[in-house]
Amino acid sequence: MTLFSASRIATMLLRYLYLLRSSWPRALELVYWPTIQMILWGYTSQFLMTNSSYVARASGVLLGAVLLWDVMFRGQLGISVSFLEELWSRNLGQLFISPLRPYEWALAMMAMSLVRVAIGVVPAALLAIPMYHYSIFTLGLPLVAFFALLVAMGWALGLAIGALLLRHGLGAESLAWLAAFLLAPASAVYYPVSVLPHWVQIWAALLPSAHVFEGMRGVMFEHRFALDHFLAATALDVVYLAIGGWLFLDSFEAARRRGSLLQQGE
Amino acid sequence: MADDAFVVETKGLVKRFGATEAVGGIDIAVPGGTTAALLGGNGAGKTTTLAMLLGLIEPTSGSIRVLGADMLRDRHRVLARMNFSSPYMDLPHRLTVRQNLVVYGRLYATLALKERIARLARDLQIDGFLDRQTGTLSSGQRTRVALAKALVNEPELLLLDEPTASLDPDTADWVRTYLEAYRARTGATLLLASHNMAEVERLADQVMMMRRGRIVDRGTPQELIARHGRASLEEVFLDIAREKDLAAQ
Repeated sequence: MTLFSASRIATMLLRYLYLLRSSWPRALELVYWPTIQMILWGYTSQFLMTNSSYVARASGVLLGAVLLWDVMFRGQLGISVSFLEELWSRNLGQLFISPLRPYEWALAMMAMSLVRVAIGVVPAALLAIPMYHYSIFTLGLPLVAFFALLVAMGWALGLAIGALLLRHGLGAESLAWLAAFLLAPASAVYYPVSVLPHWVQIWAALLPSAHVFEGMRGVMFEHRFALDHFLAATALDVVYLAIGGWLFLDSFEAARRRGSLLQQGE
Repeated sequence: MADDAFVVETKGLVKRFGATEAVGGIDIAVPGGTTAALLGGNGAGKTTTLAMLLGLIEPTSGSIRVLGADMLRDRHRVLARMNFSSPYMDLPHRLTVRQNLVVYGRLYATLALKERIARLARDLQIDGFLDRQTGTLSSGQRTRVALAKALVNEPELLLLDEPTASLDPDTADWVRTYLEAYRARTGATLLLASHNMAEVERLADQVMMMRRGRIVDRGTPQELIARHGRASLEEVFLDIAREKDLAAQ
């Protein structure tokens, strides 16, 4: 028995390549992060180069954006992680031979997502007060609206990812961690929508998050609550929640037809 | 017209996965208070059949009535009165045994849940590890916990997929004895899928021999043994399995 075998190493490499080849989301993940980071920070740098007074005009605008973005991300992750917990523990079959209905499960995951958002974001928001002398709570009542709109968007996205997980199993797991960031550049988290190329602005208009961040900057820079952005974000959230819910329930029924509720795995 | 004397009744039950026919038009009728067994080799269609009875898999065609309900239209009416145990379905590993039983007891709306869990813990001898994480248990302990979960709602219909798979003979015998006692005490109906002949011979009033998604013979264990002119159910099983091999050549 040799102490070092190139053949065994190559075999294990082959094993991981088989896994990578078997799941397109895993392959996509490799390309995804560097590209998204490049786009997001590219727009941010471009904007700050020509608007150096931006941060000075409203201190905390970046911190507020980071915290609110995390509300959306944690809202989505709250659903996705609860969903993944059931897949990881091969528990879906047990759940759905019980009287539990799929929409009850979805509502429970939404409730759990609120708990996760509270646990994840509230301590960070409180910590920002002594560390950076910035309190996101100074946004006042609009903060409640921003919070609700971003959580609702996170839920819609979480339900859609749940639908993909039901169809593709744990092979689509990485989407749970990546999907929200795909929307980050067009959400205009750290810069105004006007910085984006025209065709991306069209996409931004379809994202509740872009309206929320425009609204946040409206409160911070102009001290006004942009009702048009609020209404647009609310309408979009309603549509996306309906689509997310439909996709989720439809994928559940498809999983029943395929018999995959018993066999969720990698 | 369905006969509600049967706790489980299927007619022409078919399940196809693409071009593969997993279950090919089976009729099942299990009277209340009896134990029936689906017996067959790997890939015979036993687990798929049980999953259809539980509503986990939607049949391609055919009808299913369980406890008087049409399972294709109205399964939620009776799911609280049935339960299932299978080595192929886990309970969450990071939850303790007690937490798992509380979650499932609540999903099944079990009354006096605390007392029910205490009784199950005593009867199934799991009280020594009720507060341990389920993932840390041995195979035999996990089987007893899975059985406790399957009995948490004191089901009128208990479906079991290979209930003693991977258990040592002593633990397997203990589980069989417990199931017999449960049926005698509650009058419940049991339907199990297995390829353990001793188990089926001991527990079942009625055996349905499955091969390639079809029921190829049925009767009491004694009737089947006599009809095939064999000394045991295992020999009957081998006859049927070898017919499959010959047909495949």
